[in-house]
Amino acid sequence: MRPDNEANLAEMIWDVQESVRIRGGGTRAVGFVAESDLLDLSGLSGITLYEPGALTMVAQAGTPLAEIEAALSAEGQRLAFEPMDHRGLLSTKGTPTIGGVVAANVSGPRRIQVGAARDFLLGVRFVDGQGTVIKNGGRVMKNVTGYDLVKLLAGSYGTLGAMSEVSFKVLPKVESTGVVLINGLSDRDAVRALSQALGSPYEVSGAAHAPKGIDGHPVTMIRLEGFENSVSYRLAEMQKLLGGFGETVVERDPERTTAGWKWVRDVEAFHNQEGDVWRISVKPSDAPELAARAEADGVLYDWGGGLVWVLLPKGTDLRARLGEFGGHATLVRADDKTKKQLGTFHPEPTPLAAISAGLRAKFDPNGIFNPGLMG
Amino acid sequence: MEMPTPDPAILAKKEIIVARLREVLPHDAVIDAPEETRAYECDALTAYKCPPLCVVLPASTEEVSAVLKVCQAEGVPVVPRGSGTSLAGGALPTADCVILGVARLNEVLDTDYENRTIRVQSGRTNLSVSGAVEEEGFFYAPDPSSQLACAIAGNIAMNSGGAHCLKYGVTTNNLLGVTLVLMDGTVVEIGGAHLDAGGLDLLGLICGSEGQLGVVTEATLRILRKPEGARPVLMGFDSNEVAGACVSDIIKAGVLPVAIEFMDRPCIRACEAFAGAGYPDVEALLIVEVEGSGAEIEHQLGLIMEIARRHNPVELRESKSAEESAKIWLGRKSAFGAMGQINDYMCLDGTIPVTSLPFVLRRIGELSKEYGLDVANVFHAGDGNMHPLILFDANKPGDLELCEEFGADILRLCVEAGGCLTGEHGVGVEKRDLMYDQFTAEDIEVQLRVKDVFDPEWLLNPAKVFPLKSTASRRAA
Ligand SMILES: Cc1cc2nc3c(=O)[nH]c(=O)nc-3n(C[C@H](O)[C@H](O)[C@H](O)COP(=O)(O)OP(=O)(O)OC[C@H]3O[C@@H](n4cnc5c(N)ncnc54)[C@H](O)[C@@H]3O)c2cc1C
Repeated sequence: MRPDNEANLAEMIWDVQESVRIRGGGTRAVGFVAESDLLDLSGLSGITLYEPGALTMVAQAGTPLAEIEAALSAEGQRLAFEPMDHRGLLSTKGTPTIGGVVAANVSGPRRIQVGAARDFLLGVRFVDGQGTVIKNGGRVMKNVTGYDLVKLLAGSYGTLGAMSEVSFKVLPKVESTGVVLINGLSDRDAVRALSQALGSPYEVSGAAHAPKGIDGHPVTMIRLEGFENSVSYRLAEMQKLLGGFGETVVERDPERTTAGWKWVRDVEAFHNQEGDVWRISVKPSDAPELAARAEADGVLYDWGGGLVWVLLPKGTDLRARLGEFGGHATLVRADDKTKKQLGTFHPEPTPLAAISAGLRAKFDPNGIFNPGLMG
Repeated sequence: MEMPTPDPAILAKKEIIVARLREVLPHDAVIDAPEETRAYECDALTAYKCPPLCVVLPASTEEVSAVLKVCQAEGVPVVPRGSGTSLAGGALPTADCVILGVARLNEVLDTDYENRTIRVQSGRTNLSVSGAVEEEGFFYAPDPSSQLACAIAGNIAMNSGGAHCLKYGVTTNNLLGVTLVLMDGTVVEIGGAHLDAGGLDLLGLICGSEGQLGVVTEATLRILRKPEGARPVLMGFDSNEVAGACVSDIIKAGVLPVAIEFMDRPCIRACEAFAGAGYPDVEALLIVEVEGSGAEIEHQLGLIMEIARRHNPVELRESKSAEESAKIWLGRKSAFGAMGQINDYMCLDGTIPVTSLPFVLRRIGELSKEYGLDVANVFHAGDGNMHPLILFDANKPGDLELCEEFGADILRLCVEAGGCLTGEHGVGVEKRDLMYDQFTAEDIEVQLRVKDVFDPEWLLNPAKVFPLKSTASRRAA
């Protein structure tokens, strides 16, 4: 099924007999969906409205991300939450769409400063499991009219409805970027350094640590962005602040800083590496201990330590290794057998699981959307 | 404004309900004497008043849970209450309801500078959260003008904003976790000190749900390091259109001010008379504030003033010192007080796309003439969140009703312009009956179903947010 407008989409959903697997660009094959017909949303494409002076854009859910980024770039703007590209990590092909970004709440390193995809999402239109078209939110930056289903739809992986249109906030691009690098830190010291950087007034827009950097050695990275004179001032202050952790180096080459943060954003260290990939969301100061418990083949810390990517031998039950902790672990890359066995998403405590199941039953009473994906 | 008829069966068994509540709470935590419950008869939407059946003031999550269990068993509606500063009537009681106030839940439970979070009980006031971390140089960003009084509980329920949310976001963008007690007494933990949800984003759903899905007793909030400094520039223009265009240009230029505040002539005059801040007598006034080190501020203000100059400002006044900054903010900060001195007023809260500012302001001016009621405009221009203040005379029969009709027209205008009914104050009872102007019946129905999941018997703050017609069958069941 490949609808080319919202009314069409609603009709198709109304007619679904069994179940559908919703696909935007098919690049974010996170999770396992039971055998279902394909519902391809790439036909719902195009930017509906773009107002640079209001920092807002409305686009159909299947619009390629590249098209959106190009339109924004022409006005000197961007998607500030820096959505990661999953293709390298998951060995998927295809064209990422804005609907996929929203459905999986995909953010990148700048999440630590400006928020996640869900924080930028202003409105959604979607079709529920009974073929009803529903809207929530709008296209303005402040809106508390009724319940915030916009947040609920972001990160719902298509299990509550098939999105037809999304509206979101955008931000101006920055004039310049600089990165402070510290080499050779232990994980624990690195997270402490990142915490100190993030607790400073110098507006850190990226805070990552790779125990094995591009050249194989530990590297801690702190990104600062903004107007040129402000960036150079803050870089110098940051170097002073972190001097106690070891020698600091500043990287200002735009190509190298862009490539470096793309390396972090897309978890390039794990591309073409054998094994399962997990992502753990945790309180930063707990991260080194958890990473140690994981006994992983590879680790990457982003979000000041709040996001830990780990590479593990196929089929390893990371959650069993971690035990109880405050946060959650998502299985991002694995074969279907492992996904089925371990579950993609962290099991929720009983009362929360009951609420989530209750909500799903309201939005999609017959369970037609992405069965098995989220429980 | 219509409220549901109180349930006579509940009124009749008041004594039983009060007695059962006293079994689970300390004696002084249950208030039922009419002279005392009157203190809870309204929130900051004072046009509507109704004393509740009784008031409970639990001091722990367990006590909240116990109260809700009793109320669920007795089938009594519960209206959660923080500090009662809602401008939408969100905390307005009905005669057959129990007001559940969280004022005694006011502790700081944990401050964690390394992870930049604070855990508080929900009755704590907004400003005192910042106060608790101020010495270490941190602050809690959302800063509603009512921050001295309003509670985190109310902020979460209304997803409140503030003058600085252009840069830092509103409550939902700064909330990491809550302890929520469901109507049946179940205590659930949502989120925590980590980012983003592992499953459905229930935290995002709770924030802004106006006390209809559960009672929030604790919250984990993101705290930020204070900027090195901040300074505003004041600009005056001889038309709203030009001021609006200037706002758009500043936003497009890549400077991200922390605040862009807008006032029109009636508001400027009132503030000037009240506070004597030395504002110029112009058609439209903007206050734009930026943050950073001295040099960073200098640079950004330079860019902003350059943009402003292209729009031929009548006045352009850059603050050079803390005193000058305070003076620039003085008038704006006293806007509500100033209006209150001259007149009774109703404060609206619609949002519009920034680009339609000039059109909407012109239309409000026309409507003002048609209704014969004056309007003063003061608002967060950077994000299009308008606060038209309609002046009326509460002692003049019919004036309140006229004012409400006018207000409804302005909010419809916001929706027509591509915006919404409320940007930060919430729907409450005030905008409840306008919901169909923004939403279809289907859009509303799906929201009602969300409440069905959390509160199947519709006992939590049931007469709010949605048109009474749309919820009647659920409330009766
Ligand atoms: C002078 C003035 C200026 C204001 N300025 C701003 C502003 O700049 N920005 C802004 O956004 N708002 C502003 N407001 C509105 C108001 O202050 C906010 O809505 C505030 O968040 C309400 O907090 P409160 O504690 O007083 O809540 P209350 O008024 O007590 O309640 C508000 C809502 O929260 C619910 N609630 C309360 N406690 C709980 C709980 N524990 N669990 C679940 N639900 C609960 C209530 O049922 C009600 O629906 C202003 C109000 C005034 C009077």
